Amino acid sequence: MSYLKITLSCLVMATHLLSLTFVTEVVAVNVISSEDELPQARKDQLTHIVQQDCGSCHGMTLKGGLGPALLPENLEGKPVLFLQHTILYGRTGTAMPPWKTLLTEQEALWISQQLKAGKIAKP
Amino acid sequence: MNTKLIKIASVAILSSVIAACSSQTTNDIAEVPLRATGDMGVVIERATGQVQIINHTHQEVLAEIDGLGDLSHASIVYSRDQRYAYVFGRDGGLTKIDILKDKIAKRVMQSGNSIGGAISQDGKLVAVSNYTPGGVKVFNSETLELVATIDSSILTTKPKNKDGSPVRSKVVGLVDAPNNKFVFSLFDSNEIWVADFSDIEKSKTLKFAPKLTKFTDIGLFPYDALMSPDGRYYIAGLFGEDGMALLDLWHIEKGVKRILPNYGKGEQKLPVYKMPHLEGWAIAGDYAFMPAVGQHKVLVVNTKTWQQVTEIPAHSQPIFVMAQPDNRQIWVNFAYPDNNTIQIFNTETFELVKTLTPGPAVLHMEFTPRGEHVWMSVRDSNEIQIYDTKTQTLQKTLKSSSPSGIFFTNRAHQIGL
Repeated sequence: MSYLKITLSCLVMATHLLSLTFVTEVVAVNVISSEDELPQARKDQLTHIVQQDCGSCHGMTLKGGLGPALLPENLEGKPVLFLQHTILYGRTGTAMPPWKTLLTEQEALWISQQLKAGKIAKP
Repeated sequence: MNTKLIKIASVAILSSVIAACSSQTTNDIAEVPLRATGDMGVVIERATGQVQIINHTHQEVLAEIDGLGDLSHASIVYSRDQRYAYVFGRDGGLTKIDILKDKIAKRVMQSGNSIGGAISQDGKLVAVSNYTPGGVKVFNSETLELVATIDSSILTTKPKNKDGSPVRSKVVGLVDAPNNKFVFSLFDSNEIWVADFSDIEKSKTLKFAPKLTKFTDIGLFPYDALMSPDGRYYIAGLFGEDGMALLDLWHIEKGVKRILPNYGKGEQKLPVYKMPHLEGWAIAGDYAFMPAVGQHKVLVVNTKTWQQVTEIPAHSQPIFVMAQPDNRQIWVNFAYPDNNTIQIFNTETFELVKTLTPGPAVLHMEFTPRGEHVWMSVRDSNEIQIYDTKTQTLQKTLKSSSPSGIFFTNRAHQIGL
């Protein structure tokens, strides 16, 4: 399982390295497949990770901390692809680390979509 | 008729009052045992906005209190009589808990987003460090009335807040220092400030403007700080560069000195999935032990020369590096995704003593005052685990809902905690 994930993320990374223009296409494929392929158990895990572990900087309710708030109103004007890229590759010069060895592109995309839709934050 | 009635009524009232008083006295002795607070503590239950009040002699949970708001990041300081716990919540809530009566004594919402706090040397002031709006607010510890507001530096490069106010630097690493001072670091503007409240007794009004001493360019992104137990050295960890910033409060005129400037030189920085915490002072003999940032190492520093002695390879990115009260061993926990593990190192030989895997997400450790036990919060298995420090074996497990910080009342009498 984890071997598969690593292989998958390596593939994804390789694609990224090839050319940035391909990113959109890869992601586009993921947009279609994300809802179909991520099992509910993994979605639950990802929600937990975002609340608890992303939450150590962004706040468990995603209202911000050392890192910025991640509620839908804070993400206005930031496309899903931008968020996905930020999650996977981090932001140089800030405390945001790259999560690409821990999350697949599909997972980062799913998280980005959930954040934009305001479906992750605890009430 | 009326007077008669009143007389009868007042006799009845009087006798019932006397009866109530005498039964109250008997009840007090019979039903409410005396409770000393020196072996008590408070555990944060981060997901539910609750805290547990515990006793570490009997290793039991005494009470659970709710209604503390967002505790996803929270810390506690104690009043010097060890009766009140001041809980600093993520959402800017400051709650004063009476651990004798198991209830909230007072609660104020003092900012939008806060990170921690400190209590003054004389115990009369409680200070809170805030992210939004950036700065420090200082309260009367008895009444929680606002005494001072210290706005942090304005970040001119950032767009203004929606309400038109300027964005100010987030404040971290707030600690108390001798002579009723507070010391803190400004994350976004790379500063260390000292706020002097020693003249507060002379103030005729409730409000007070402390004397501020500001040190600029202390290093990029100070993320947290600690105070030596004697209140002399304030050390801020730097996220934006290798090294730490040291302020000697005995010689404040000498300014902030950079220490350990090259600890990660030439090495690829590893991703940091959680900011390390600098709390207390892991020190043994002349050595201090600090978490490296972006390196899976514990740094060993000579506290006389402030030079690096060595580095201890560790399991992952260290979060807390904590020395037992006897300083014989240090206990280290780690950042996500390796936060199921604890490592224990010998402080003389720097050798690994043991690696434990208490369970998913070990967030914090707290030693009993003389160090025979250490309590650990294991967030995702909803338990507190109590270990014997000598044998490093599990002694007891207590149920707790998403526990994070564990704070024992002996902190009340330690500078910087």
